[in-house]
Amino acid sequence: MFQNVNIKDNLKENRLFLNRSIFLFIVVLFITFGLIARLTYLQVIGHEHYADLAQDNRVKMAPLPPTRGIIYDRSGKILAENRPVFNLEITPEQVPNLDKTVEELSTLFALNEQTTKRFHKLRQRSKSFNSIPLKLRLSDKEVAIFAANRPRFPGVDIHARLMRHYPYKELTAHIVGYVGRINEKELKSIDPKTYRGTYQIGKNGVEKTYEAILHGQPGYLESEVNVQGRAINVIERAPSLPGKDLRLTIDIEMQRIAYDALGKKNGAVIAVDIKTGDLLTFVSKPGYDPNPFVYGIDHKSYNALQHSHDRPLFNRALRGQYPPGSTVKPFIGLAGLRYSVITAKQKNFCPGYYQLPNLEHRYRDWKKWGHGPVDLDIAITQSCDVYFYDLALTLGIDRMHEYLTLFGFGQRTGVDILGEKRGLLPSRDWKRKARNQAWFPGETLITGIGQGFTLVTPLQLARATAIMASRGKNVQPHVVKTIGTDLNSVPFSPPAVDQAVTTPPKKSILWQQVIDAMTHVIHGARGTAQSIGKNSSYKIAGKTGTAQVFSVGQEDEYDEEEIEERLRDHALFIAFAPVKEPKIAIAVIVENGGHGGSVAAPIAGKLFRKYLGD
Amino acid sequence: MANSSYRSISFNQQGQAGNRSLLQKIHLDGPLLLGLLAISAVGFLILYSAGGENWGLLNRQLIRLAVAFGGLFILAQIPPHHLRRYTPILFAIGILLLIAVLVMGEVGKGAQRWLDLGFFRFQPSEMLKLATPMMVAWYLADRPLPPNWKHLFFAVLFIVIPAFLIARQPDLGTALLVASSGAAAIFLAGIRWRILLAIGASLGALLPVLWHFMREYQKQRVLTFLNPENDPLGAGYHIIQSKIAIGSGGLYGKGWLNGTQSHLEFLPERSTDFIFAVFAEEFGLVGCIMLLTLYLLIVSRCIYISIKAQDTYSRLLAGALGMTFFIYVFVNIGMVIGILPVVGVPLPLVSYGGTSMVTLLAGFGILMSIQTHRKLLST
Repeated sequence: MFQNVNIKDNLKENRLFLNRSIFLFIVVLFITFGLIARLTYLQVIGHEHYADLAQDNRVKMAPLPPTRGIIYDRSGKILAENRPVFNLEITPEQVPNLDKTVEELSTLFALNEQTTKRFHKLRQRSKSFNSIPLKLRLSDKEVAIFAANRPRFPGVDIHARLMRHYPYKELTAHIVGYVGRINEKELKSIDPKTYRGTYQIGKNGVEKTYEAILHGQPGYLESEVNVQGRAINVIERAPSLPGKDLRLTIDIEMQRIAYDALGKKNGAVIAVDIKTGDLLTFVSKPGYDPNPFVYGIDHKSYNALQHSHDRPLFNRALRGQYPPGSTVKPFIGLAGLRYSVITAKQKNFCPGYYQLPNLEHRYRDWKKWGHGPVDLDIAITQSCDVYFYDLALTLGIDRMHEYLTLFGFGQRTGVDILGEKRGLLPSRDWKRKARNQAWFPGETLITGIGQGFTLVTPLQLARATAIMASRGKNVQPHVVKTIGTDLNSVPFSPPAVDQAVTTPPKKSILWQQVIDAMTHVIHGARGTAQSIGKNSSYKIAGKTGTAQVFSVGQEDEYDEEEIEERLRDHALFIAFAPVKEPKIAIAVIVENGGHGGSVAAPIAGKLFRKYLGD
Repeated sequence: MANSSYRSISFNQQGQAGNRSLLQKIHLDGPLLLGLLAISAVGFLILYSAGGENWGLLNRQLIRLAVAFGGLFILAQIPPHHLRRYTPILFAIGILLLIAVLVMGEVGKGAQRWLDLGFFRFQPSEMLKLATPMMVAWYLADRPLPPNWKHLFFAVLFIVIPAFLIARQPDLGTALLVASSGAAAIFLAGIRWRILLAIGASLGALLPVLWHFMREYQKQRVLTFLNPENDPLGAGYHIIQSKIAIGSGGLYGKGWLNGTQSHLEFLPERSTDFIFAVFAEEFGLVGCIMLLTLYLLIVSRCIYISIKAQDTYSRLLAGALGMTFFIYVFVNIGMVIGILPVVGVPLPLVSYGGTSMVTLLAGFGILMSIQTHRKLLST
């Protein structure tokens, strides 16, 4: 050892060591610069890229769906609301023993295997801190049961979710419509931004027409999430803008009166405010309960509705097309006066039938033995067919078509419920196009009494009646009165209607002559609808009608027992009141109801009493 | 004893008794201590942020640090020649403990790094981080330098034995650190470049063999290092999230406590091995350069101490310890910034964790002892 020390060359070793130390120090410097170079690459050159990635990591946007606007009737009764629905939900991370908890809940609520299976499936796809629904739509009793047992189930809770609810069910289904799950077709047409977080959309009725207004604007919750996706804190909260409420023109009490008055019959009742075009009553019976559609109706129930002979899903008031029958006569009569082919006093003899020159065929009057000498007043009051056969022939189809068009026949009324039918007002043009046939004089005759090709919707009929009542002023029927809540509501402005354009004739005496005749229908000694006006303090003007059935029921399967009932005539009635200062016009159609005067008129009578008093 | 009188004269010339600061009296090196305290302070700052502003975590770290500085202080009081005398015994005990750990591991099945002493758990591999360069320095100090083949063989053997035993635990990271600290001592001893080249070449040739002996998770780490995007949710996740943290920090960082990658827990191991990513995210490139400069200053001081050391043992040991410290920093940061594979090496004085900190500061205690006992060497 000591020898070694002697051999050691300390000076040389020191120099060597110094060299090595300096070398190592240089290496250290190089490595340090290497690290800094790499850091510069990451933090300066790659900064933007990595900053984006960090942002993606940390920020999650959650939509805050807006609350849908509430729909009221004209008096403020709720027709469509958002009701909390209670779901039983579990937050797995708060549950000590999940399987045991689910098992116990299963016995408590009698859950079937399918429900628990669905829950476990959902649980695997969700984060453990998310609340997962076990049972949907708890009944009040089930909510109470859980409340009593709550301490036993940590991590289990009842969560409320807002669901659309229609308290008046079948009474308003054809007006308000319903919301349902957004389907793929709708998904393509909607703005995905607006519907983020929303699962339902208006399917028909006002819910569909006013979807954009009712829906509102979604907000969003921008929150910082951690690596598990749990929201740590809120960066920004943009509250959603709730959808605007709607106040409808409908009076729910009148709606109920009309619906009930139809009794067991199917049909439609429209009542319209003549000045404003407000639809006070819009009944299509039968209706249906729209609430199951909100949750997703099951196949069986849907098929039952779809295939029912009564066709509850069919909106008769809007889409039902009926021959107007005798209700068209006042309009034809007015056309005669307007074109000066008749005067009110001029009399025609009614033998009970009408024959075209040189033809054998007899067009019958409903009164076999005829009405005898008939002027316009008698013709309308007693609904003489022969008078109108003759008048129709004199007017010709062209003038009838031209004039009835002014009352809105054959056109959509433009009501703010989607899916309206336009009816049919025949003309030579139409027949050539649709049937490739010439127009026959016999067709002119039956058009004069509202049979043949002519088809009207109950809504059209009510509107035409309102135009008659206002002596030619146009009336725009609509169901939405105001947008927004009652306090700061914006008055609804219906689609532009030129009120200045009035239907001729300009001479009000000519209008008065027809209206007088219509008044006699109710108040005259031989009127066809005397029952309803007996005790009223105001005068009612109206017209009954009976339409032969040939369109409704064609698609249905034949049922031997039902055919009799189904082939019966439809009963129609149009009216307005008070005659002096018309306020309300009504159209009633009772399918297979028989005679208008005895079946349809009393329904209108009830509405008049409700709206105008006795 | 003329030599001795010369030294005492030089002592008197260099530093008058009045100038000898209190620090020197208690054998602490001012610049080194300042650097260590500065980095510890930075460490606390960043640990507070990385640990989710958890004071409990800080308290435990503070206790560890106090213990470690205590160890530093004690070791600084031991003159290097005493240390040198006990080096072979220390090394032998270390090797025995390593064997004990391995045997217990066999019994317990699976990875075993700890010796449970009842009141605390002791990791013998940590001890070897110091004992190995000490042993190499001890062995080479009396040999003519640069060492000849025979001496080199023994010196390498003193490295390979503990490295192999630690690798068997398996703890590849520590094994590599232990080996490199020994290697640094050999390098400083003046090993000839051609021998160095030959060793390097043969090590390169041995790599496939090493690969063969690696455990599956170790292989996975290397593969992940080579291509982290290959497995972004699995093994590559650490590196990807770490790079996102660092890169998103930018030039000036997001500010203290504002790192999203760490606070939202995207960054794994953020209090321990990946704490540098938290620092880089919150303090940016500027902060990183400052921290690296601080580390560089400490390493420079270590090299200075080793150059100034007056005997070969101290010199080799001081240099090796300084280099070991730097290798720690390099391996950790290199891993975090994605230029080295993921090995479990903490960032010295910053990462949360106990044993390695005690070892590190013990090493600095030895360095301070070497520096402060210099003048009294031969008394």
